[in-house]
Amino acid sequence: MSLVVDSITKRFGRFAALKGASFTVPQGAFVALLGPSGSGKTTLLRILGGLEFPDDGAVRFADMNWLGVPARERRAGFVFQQYALFRHMTVAQNIAFGPSVRPRRERPSRKEIAHRVEELLHLVQLDGLGGRYPSQLSGGQRQRVALARALAIEPRMLLLDEPFGALDAKVRKDLRIWLRALQERLGITTIFVTHDQEEAFAIADLVAVMNAGVIEQYGTPQDLRRAPRTPFVAEFLEQTGSAPN
Amino acid sequence: MRRPTDDSILTRGLLIAITIGFIGIFLLLPLLTVFTSALANGLQAALDALRDPDAISAIKLTLIVAAIAVPLNLVFGVCAAWLVSKYDFRGKSLLISLIDLPFSVSPVVSGLIYVLMFGLQGWLGPWLRDHDIRIIFALPGIVLATIFVTFPFIARELIPLMTDQGRDEEEAAVTLGASGLQTFLRVTLPNIKWALLYGVLLCNARAMGEFGAVSVVSGHIRGLTNTMPLHVEVLYNDYQYVGAFAVASLLALLALVTLTFKSLLEWRYADEIAATHRH
Amino acid sequence: MRSAAISSPFARLRNPSVLPGFGLTLGFTLFYLSAIVLIPLTALLLKPWTLGWSGFIAAITEPRVLAALKLSFGGAAIAAVVNAVFGLIVAWTLVRYRFPGKRLVDALVDLPFALPTAVAGIALSALYASNGWLGGPLSLLNIKIAFTPIGVIFALIFIGLPFVVRTLQPVIADMSAEAEEAAATLGATRFQTLRRVVLPALAPALVTGTGLAFARAVGEYGSVIFIAGNLPMKSEIAPLLIIIKLQQYDYEGAAAIGLVMLAASFVIILALNLFQSLLAARR
Repeated sequence: MSLVVDSITKRFGRFAALKGASFTVPQGAFVALLGPSGSGKTTLLRILGGLEFPDDGAVRFADMNWLGVPARERRAGFVFQQYALFRHMTVAQNIAFGPSVRPRRERPSRKEIAHRVEELLHLVQLDGLGGRYPSQLSGGQRQRVALARALAIEPRMLLLDEPFGALDAKVRKDLRIWLRALQERLGITTIFVTHDQEEAFAIADLVAVMNAGVIEQYGTPQDLRRAPRTPFVAEFLEQTGSAPN
Repeated sequence: MRRPTDDSILTRGLLIAITIGFIGIFLLLPLLTVFTSALANGLQAALDALRDPDAISAIKLTLIVAAIAVPLNLVFGVCAAWLVSKYDFRGKSLLISLIDLPFSVSPVVSGLIYVLMFGLQGWLGPWLRDHDIRIIFALPGIVLATIFVTFPFIARELIPLMTDQGRDEEEAAVTLGASGLQTFLRVTLPNIKWALLYGVLLCNARAMGEFGAVSVVSGHIRGLTNTMPLHVEVLYNDYQYVGAFAVASLLALLALVTLTFKSLLEWRYADEIAATHRH
Repeated sequence: MRSAAISSPFARLRNPSVLPGFGLTLGFTLFYLSAIVLIPLTALLLKPWTLGWSGFIAAITEPRVLAALKLSFGGAAIAAVVNAVFGLIVAWTLVRYRFPGKRLVDALVDLPFALPTAVAGIALSALYASNGWLGGPLSLLNIKIAFTPIGVIFALIFIGLPFVVRTLQPVIADMSAEAEEAAATLGATRFQTLRRVVLPALAPALVTGTGLAFARAVGEYGSVIFIAGNLPMKSEIAPLLIIIKLQQYDYEGAAAIGLVMLAASFVIILALNLFQSLLAARR
C-alpha cells in the first residue's frame, strides 16, 4: 500500500512548477514536503489530491494508477490551507458532507452519518460545537473541523496543505503534537506541506526538501541534519533552523 | 473643534441640500407624478383602466414574455458566471466584454438587429415567410429583443461575487466525493443565492419594462403584440392619461418592489453581494 | 502560481480545472452569446453596405439624420457633465455625511435602473408640461422644458445619474482618511485637500462613471421621446429616427444610423477600458 511518485512534471504556461519529482512513501508514514514558496510543494500535493493534472510522470498507490482515478473517487482527505469550510453549513453539516454526497446505495443512513459526526467531533476535541458555523470558531478549531471533514470520508491518505499556516505559534505547536498522535493511532499515510523546517522535523517520519520544482533531498530528519546533500538543503536548514517562524 | 477631515457645517449643509434637492426633483418627483396622475380621477377610474381588455391582454403578454426571457437568461447567467469565475482560459476578458455588450447598445438598435435578421427584408425573412413562421411583429421577436436587452443582468450580478469567493470550497467538495451537480447545488448555490435572487428580480423588472427594443419588433398591434410599456405609450398618445398612468403605476410598483428588496438585501447581507453595480 | 495558460492549441478546450462543467458551460455560453448577440449584430454590420460606400455616407449625412445624431450625442454629453457634477456631490454626501432620509435617497438613486423607460418618459413629460408641477411655475418664468432640446437633456440626466453615483460610491468609501489627514498635517486647507488630494483620487472613477452615463444616454429612447416633442431637425433623437425609417421601409437608412450608434458605443467602451488599463499600468 505504498505511494510511489514517479518523475512528475507540471508547467503553468512558461513556469515549470515541477521538473520531475520522485519519491516513495511507505504505508502509514508521515511525510513532510518542505521548501520555500514557489518550490512546487503545493502543486505536488494538489496532483496527489486530483485537483491538478501533471504533464508527465506517474503515481501509483496501492497498485492503482492513482492519476487515472478522478478526484471525487480518490478518497484522498485534503485539508486546504485556508480550510475551505463551507461557510453556509454548520460544523456538523460540514463534516457530514462527504458521506451524504455518496451515491444513494452506498450512502450511510442519516442516523449512521450523525453518529459518525459525533465520533469525529469527539476525535478532534470539538464535542458540542456541531451546531456552530465556521465563522463562530477560532482558527485552531476551524483547522480541526477541516480535518474531521476530511476524515469523514474514511480517506485512503491524508493530504495537508500548510495546515497550521494561519495559526499562532502556541496553538500550532499543540496542534501538531496532537495531529501526529492522531495519525499514528489511525495509521493513515499522510503528506504534509510546510515551509517551516522546525515543524517538518518535529512531526514527520520522512522529509522531502523541495526547491524550484525538484526534490533536493528525501530522508529522515536525522539523515538530513547529519548529511545535507546539496548546498541548498544545507543553507535552507540552517536559515530556517536558526530562526523558526 | 472639528477634525481636519470633516467638512464645515456650511459645506455639509449645502451639499446635503443639493443632494436632496437634486434627487427630489430628478427622481422622486417623476415617481410621485406617476401615482398621482393615475389617481387623478380617483381610484375607481384607475382600476377601470386596468380592467380594459387591451390592458389585460398587454399585462398577459408582458407576463408571458418575462416568463420566457428571465429563465433563459437565468440559465445563461449561471453558466457564464460559473465559466468565468471557476476556470482560467484564454480569451476570458474578451468573453466578459462580449457579455457586457448589450448594456451599451441602444435599445432601438437591439430591436433593429432582429428586424434585419428576421424581418421580411431581412436575412431569413423570405425563408420564414415561405414556412409561415412569424418572428417580427409577433411573440418570438418580442421575446428575443427582451432577452437581448436583459441578457447580462444575472451574469453581471454573479461574476464579481463568484470570482471573489474563489474555488476552494468547490474543490473541497470534489475531494470529498461530490459530483458536479452536487457541488453546485449544495456548495455554490447557497453562497450566491441572494445575489442570484436580486439578479433575477432586476432582470425581471427590466424585461417587463423594456420599451425601445420591443417597440421596434412588436408592430404595436393592439390587444395582440402590445406589452405593458407599449400600451402605456398608445394610451398616452391617445390623451388617455389616467389609463396610461394606471398601467405605468403597475410597472412603477414593480420597480419599487425590486428596489426595496435590493435595499433590504444590502442592509442585511452587505458582504454577500458584490459592492459594485454597473448596469 | 495557478494562472494556467495552456500551450497546445487543442488543449485549449480541455477542462483546465478539476471542477466539472467546463465544456458544458463554455459550449452553452458561446452558443447563447452567438445566437442572441453576435449573429444578429453581424446583420447590422453588413446591412448598410448594400447602399455602397457613397450611399452609406449620403444616408448618414442627410441633414435630418445629422441633426438627430447631433442632438443624441450633444444632449448625452451635456447630461453626462451635469451628472458628473451632481453625481459627485450625491455620492460624497451619501458616503460621508449622515442625515435623515439618507437610506431613502440612497435607494432612490437606483430608480432609473429599475423604472421602465416609458414610465419615466411619460412622468417627466407630465411633470414639465405647461400644466405640470414643475412646468407650470417654470412657464410663468417663461422657461420651457418640455418639447425642447432641454427636455431631452433632462430625461438623459434622469437615466444617467446612477452610473456616476454607483461608480463613485465604493471608491469614496474605500478611500482612506490617512491621505486627507496627511494633507492637513502638512498645512493644506480643507479646500486644498479636496482639490489636490481627494479629487485626483476620485478622477478615474468619475471619468468611468461619466463615460458610462454618456454611453447609456446616447442610445436612450423611451424616457426621451415623450418629453422631446420630436420635431424634425430640432428635438428628434437618433433612435427615434431609426424607428421612423423602419416605418418607411427604409431598412438600409435605419441600419446606417444604427451602425453609427453601435460604432459610437464600441468606441466609448473601448476608450473606457483603455483608460482603465492605462491607469492600472501607472499604479
